[in-house]
Amino acid sequence: MNTLPENTLKTRVPQEVVKRVVKPAPSRYRNEIAKYIVHRSLACKRCGKCVEVCEFGVHDRKPGFKYFAEPHHHLCIGPSCEKSGHYCVAQCPNGALQIRENPMYRALGDFRWTADLILATWKMAETGAVPAAAYDYDYECGKSGGGFDKLRFKFPKTPPVKLTEDQIDTSISLNKRNDGRPEIKIDLPWYGGGMSFGSVSNVTQLSKARAAVAFNTFTCTGEGGYMERMRPYDDHMITQVATGLFGVREETIQRVPIVEFKYAQGAKPGLGGHLLGDKNTPAVARMREAVLGISLFSPFPFHSVYSIEDHMKHIDWIKHVNRRALISTKVSTPTDVDMVAVGSYSAGTHIVHLDGGYGGTGAAPDIAKKNIAMPIEYAIGKVHNFLTDEGVRDKVTLIASGGIRSAYDIAKAIALGADGVVIGTAELVALGCVRCSRCESGRGCPRGIATTDPELAAKMDLDWGSQRLINLYTAWRKTLVGILQRLGLRSVAELRGRTDLLMHLDYKNDVPAKK
Amino acid sequence: MPEKYHIKTQPVPPRRPRIGKHGVVDWREDCARCHNCVKKACVYDRYRQEADYIQHLSEVAALFFDCMGCFSCVQDCTKGILCLSINPEYEKLGNRYWKPDIIKTTWLQAETAKIPVSGAGYRGPFSGLGFDSMWTDMSEIVRPTRDGIHGREYISTSVDIGRKPSYLSLNGNKSIAGLPPLVSIPMPLIIDLSSPAHTLPKLDAVIEQTAASTGLIAIMDSSYRPADEAHLENIAFYLCPDSAPVPDAMLRKTRLVEIADSPAVAKRIKEIKKIHPQIVIAIRVELTAAGIGRAIELAGLGDVEVIHVVADANGNELTAQKPRFLKEMIRQIHTTLIEKGIRDEITLMAGGGIALPEHMAKAIICGADLITINLPLLVALECHLCDSCQPGTPCPAKLEKINRAFAVGRMTNLIAAWHDQLIELMGAMGMREARRLRGDVGRAMFFENLEEETFGKLFGAKK
Repeated sequence: MNTLPENTLKTRVPQEVVKRVVKPAPSRYRNEIAKYIVHRSLACKRCGKCVEVCEFGVHDRKPGFKYFAEPHHHLCIGPSCEKSGHYCVAQCPNGALQIRENPMYRALGDFRWTADLILATWKMAETGAVPAAAYDYDYECGKSGGGFDKLRFKFPKTPPVKLTEDQIDTSISLNKRNDGRPEIKIDLPWYGGGMSFGSVSNVTQLSKARAAVAFNTFTCTGEGGYMERMRPYDDHMITQVATGLFGVREETIQRVPIVEFKYAQGAKPGLGGHLLGDKNTPAVARMREAVLGISLFSPFPFHSVYSIEDHMKHIDWIKHVNRRALISTKVSTPTDVDMVAVGSYSAGTHIVHLDGGYGGTGAAPDIAKKNIAMPIEYAIGKVHNFLTDEGVRDKVTLIASGGIRSAYDIAKAIALGADGVVIGTAELVALGCVRCSRCESGRGCPRGIATTDPELAAKMDLDWGSQRLINLYTAWRKTLVGILQRLGLRSVAELRGRTDLLMHLDYKNDVPAKK
Repeated sequence: MPEKYHIKTQPVPPRRPRIGKHGVVDWREDCARCHNCVKKACVYDRYRQEADYIQHLSEVAALFFDCMGCFSCVQDCTKGILCLSINPEYEKLGNRYWKPDIIKTTWLQAETAKIPVSGAGYRGPFSGLGFDSMWTDMSEIVRPTRDGIHGREYISTSVDIGRKPSYLSLNGNKSIAGLPPLVSIPMPLIIDLSSPAHTLPKLDAVIEQTAASTGLIAIMDSSYRPADEAHLENIAFYLCPDSAPVPDAMLRKTRLVEIADSPAVAKRIKEIKKIHPQIVIAIRVELTAAGIGRAIELAGLGDVEVIHVVADANGNELTAQKPRFLKEMIRQIHTTLIEKGIRDEITLMAGGGIALPEHMAKAIICGADLITINLPLLVALECHLCDSCQPGTPCPAKLEKINRAFAVGRMTNLIAAWHDQLIELMGAMGMREARRLRGDVGRAMFFENLEEETFGKLFGAKK
């Protein structure tokens, strides 16, 4: 960043360094939700055999104690343990132990984010590692019955090329225009999605920023303004210019390497941002220069943009204000998303960011979440192919979001044609979100993630939040590298558009691969 | 510019305890009495509310089911003795088509008159049957867009019911001659006859009042006599051969009438027109295996103005072994009428299986001019759709004790919420006229097409 044009970045502050180190970050709740529960009956004679045999540390008796602590249910791998020879139920001399599926497990999750996916994400955020196979979490897919959940990779029995982890490059380039603006490269094919101050807490935003610094990637302010506390992370921030223009000033635009125009959001395409009154606290109102306690609905659309030419005018404005910034254009997925993408490219954008219909949100009408615009799985290929046919595919970065839940989803999105992805909900799940969908009103998130209530926000600590995300990113990177290894690919760039490596469970998969 | 259509609403709280999705907290032995759950973990204060509720409980039938499902108390419990599960009462609501989520959202809208807004992304299946296999489009950059309910632009949801001539004829270059009568309503929704399977409460007077307060039209049995004659313009009598006759003077004060389909339908139209030439006549066609053909045939008759096609309560073709869904049936009728060059002359109303506001928009996109509903209004009154409406069988929602102001308020709220949601969808599509939404499949995306275009090309034929 030493070659910045003179007229930008007038108020630079020293930048934070965050190390990419995995440390355990166990759940901040006393009781982790478990897939199985272990029941100890009165027949227990406290012989301690169970503590001895269990490989996973489920049974626990503290030194000097006569009685056992409550079993660590979330560590139990369930009845499949029987094959291992370390099954406490079988080994208990008094038959005092029982293992059964936790009835609460059914109450957790939904079609898109299954309980398995949530628990596996928690495990990754806790340990920085892929969950042990013994846990049998199905975290590759959800149970939505379509899109990513029906796509699988056609892994060869043995990789065509043997590659070590070090030989695999997971970085992507965000500026393909060769227009004299910085060649920004990020170490991972993903960055954090826009979540405004208002929709989420300070701690959540800062945790995301610190993880972005650790992995040399980005996170985004969302449309709620740019907190002063984010300044030490400027080099890894994207600031959003959305239709509400909350807190957008020339000075905030000049802070960052990437400026994102948010035309639409996948969860509420064609509708403006929603921040319901109760979450418009004094701090939020000050940041947004709005009246305390009133609901803030951003207009839709930008009333200054009704054509690609108008969009170009917008981009020129930002490019002039910040001479080093790359421009990202975040759009949703209408029928003519391909035209929108090529139009954005011609207007001068560096990144076309498609946010599919099933994306996350802090608040959106239910009718919009389900019914408007197409899921991202359809849009990626449509845009990738159109940009390719127009001969501009290698001059613009295509980023996909809206339902990316795991490293497998990332790999599938890239194989369908994206360069990289944006994630959002997965980060919140790593921070302890259970997807109860109560982010929108009242005091906000009861888990202290998507809230601006100081008391609720205090439930989460910045160091813990940052570590959970660093751990998740580490585990995802490992998974992604593992996928590339199995496919014999040296980089994520090589995976882009490789639909021949995919198969769909509902199809015969009998189309010969193009040579 | 015409006055903006606005439905006056006010919150109408439920009479009965809410039936939430997460409602059962199993409290095992060994509580440490730390009160973490009561005082700290539950940010919604549900524990204290439950205690208060139980103290003032007048009957044992209904438990307190208002847990928000955040798991905070479960995970914060000192002894780990709390367990949250899905409320079995919730799972019992409705049926396979009218899922508990539909019942719940309808209750909420009937209470608040607001568009349901929630956090986190969509939670449901990727796609589904019927209306769940299509998405509405939205506009972005390259096409004009419209403000939704929060904007200043006026989005009209009015539609016209009646026959529209394919061309205008001028009377000696002075005036337009021979225009058939046309009824305009401010929203593409008509309240249909009560479902025959759900007739425990007598709701006619409530429906009359709801139609009047929303400016819409309700189809009523011909034996019904409104309490207020001024409401006759909000009533369309249903006339079938064995129904009670409507006095001519009363019929003349209505704008729309519906008649049963019969071989003598043309003759019947002439008889009614003789009494009231300015009335618009709809013909009710049951969507049996012959229903589509009959609707198309009727549209070809010069005297027919409006066809009201009705599927079963779940939107399925009646009496068919492999029933088609309403969406497909509307599309077939609509496209056939286009091919015959008579689509614009006929008004097509469609009912059966319209359970959510998006179904209204999607049915119109598929080719209906407007939709008709009955069950959502019943659900608005806290009906569980338990399908046991028999005299002598206790109604879980105690509909027999319904208060009129409560019922009208809830139904009006629901219609207002649907109206706002229609505007939101149209705003997202960049549409300013509900009339122009009809049959505009370019503003929708269908699962089968997207699958074929995207995955069919890559992965071959479907299994």
